[in-house]
Amino acid sequence: MEDPQPNVAAKTELPKPAALQETRARDVSSAPGNCIFDVNNVSIYYGSFKAVTDVTLPVYENEITAFIGSSGSGKSTVLRSFNRMNDLIPGARLEGEMAYRGESLYGRDVSATAVRRRIGMVFQKPNPFPKSIYDNVAYGPRINGIHNKGKLDEIVESSLRKAALWEEVKNRLKTSGLSLSGGQAQRLCIARTIAVEPDVVLMDEPASALDPIATGAIEDLMKELKQQYTIIVVTHNMQQATRVSDRTAFFYVLTDTKSDTRTGVLVEYGPTAQIFEDPKDPRTQGYVTGRVG
Amino acid sequence: MAAITEPPKADLREPAGWRRTKNRIATVLMWISFVVVIIPLIFVLYTVIAKGASVISWQFLTSGPIPPNVLPADVGGMGPAVLGTIEIVALASAITVPLGVLGAIYLNEYGGKNWLAWFIGFMADVMTGVPSIVMGLFIFSIWVLHFGFSGLAGAFALGALMLPIVIRSTYEMLLLVPDTLREGSYALGASKSRVTLTVVLPAALGGIVSGVLLAIARAAGETAPLLFTILTVTSANPNVFSGPNTSLPSQIFANATQPYPGAQARGWGAALTLIAIAFILMIAARIVTARYARYQR
Repeated sequence: MEDPQPNVAAKTELPKPAALQETRARDVSSAPGNCIFDVNNVSIYYGSFKAVTDVTLPVYENEITAFIGSSGSGKSTVLRSFNRMNDLIPGARLEGEMAYRGESLYGRDVSATAVRRRIGMVFQKPNPFPKSIYDNVAYGPRINGIHNKGKLDEIVESSLRKAALWEEVKNRLKTSGLSLSGGQAQRLCIARTIAVEPDVVLMDEPASALDPIATGAIEDLMKELKQQYTIIVVTHNMQQATRVSDRTAFFYVLTDTKSDTRTGVLVEYGPTAQIFEDPKDPRTQGYVTGRVG
Repeated sequence: MAAITEPPKADLREPAGWRRTKNRIATVLMWISFVVVIIPLIFVLYTVIAKGASVISWQFLTSGPIPPNVLPADVGGMGPAVLGTIEIVALASAITVPLGVLGAIYLNEYGGKNWLAWFIGFMADVMTGVPSIVMGLFIFSIWVLHFGFSGLAGAFALGALMLPIVIRSTYEMLLLVPDTLREGSYALGASKSRVTLTVVLPAALGGIVSGVLLAIARAAGETAPLLFTILTVTSANPNVFSGPNTSLPSQIFANATQPYPGAQARGWGAALTLIAIAFILMIAARIVTARYARYQR
């Protein structure tokens, strides 16, 4: 376990863009880290509707993995299955194997709440609680039993610093989280997610509701966060995938004209550079070059 | 030389015609509706204050027993009825509000689409339509006949009236809490009860309090359910759990129906007192919820 009280002073400097360029240029295909998620022949159903069919992919530690593909291709569905958010949807069901650090996520004794404490999630629409900025960030630590005021203060500050929001809100921690702008609210949600020190952060189109400047801030933040966390991000923005991700998975809607059913499939998965510059599948090529979808 | 023609100015006024006429008609109609609604309200308030204010005094509000009808208005006071109303309504609220809010939480957060939740919701709706005197008779037959008249019996009858209102209004408020908030809490590893207690309830609190207040105000003004349950005596009974009791609405009923000017004045005074209690309650609750609602915007 890492020291739960990170050195706050060391985190005050914002990441330098040049350093981040170097990180991105790293050739991930040659040296993948530990496999953190092992997804094997996973199909996900909503009632009788088969939303995703036979997805198999490994996700590597301390990388940003991007899921791209058109609407209805099942990328959000797969993302939400990593921390069992689909459990909340009546009738949702998963077939196949989904392992997290060698442990099946859907095993008999696995508690969904325990899973979610390690695998956090940031949503498409910023969803700060109608509480103060401080209470928003302290929410997760509190439900994990931390009530010591000094400890909470430290967590709130370090989380907001990591989310690059501290300087903007440090003098109004007691004001409502709903008073923030869209980009700030999304960074607050990221701070709230990392305040529980998760292992993985899932992001479902985290910047789709934001303007380009706020999007840039979120992307810089993601690149900074991957030093410490593993990130899986769903995005409709292909430039975003090329800018931030190490690996990209392309999902596609497969339509069966005979039975008139549609389902999402994973078409191609590999290092981001390869997916965008040298796609092996014509469907991937059509999508990433903007001809289809 | 002066051949420079000015470009035509844009005319941004609403063009005369049917559309403008419709707009005017609608505006006038809205004003008329507003006046039609507000006049009876002002008239009721004015009448109650005009006829009741003169008898209100500290003695009227606190002393007892309530004098016989033939005596003039400046003798005795409504103290027992004020005490009785506060006792009975407080007890009814203490029974009903937790039950109703918990019931609504079950319906919206836990029940989902199962048959029990559907049945409870349906029965709550049916109960809303039951006349209040039926509630009184119901408590009379199952409680008063066995244990006698008491404030508790009155509280049961009022509670039976309040319960569906509390359930329905709380349910509607919980329904308005966006699922994205619940998801945000679940994603941090919160259990269902945590999500409900720390995110859903606080987010809906303002609306829940409004609904609860509406139910309390409704119950505080009810006469019919109390007729068969508290007996409406004239002396104060601080023990809400046993023995006949009294209340402001039943005293309004008992006094206002009399031919004696003293009794009628006491009736108006009691009416004003009841309105004032409801008013104070509303304001107090608004102040309390404003503290919580600070973060809602």
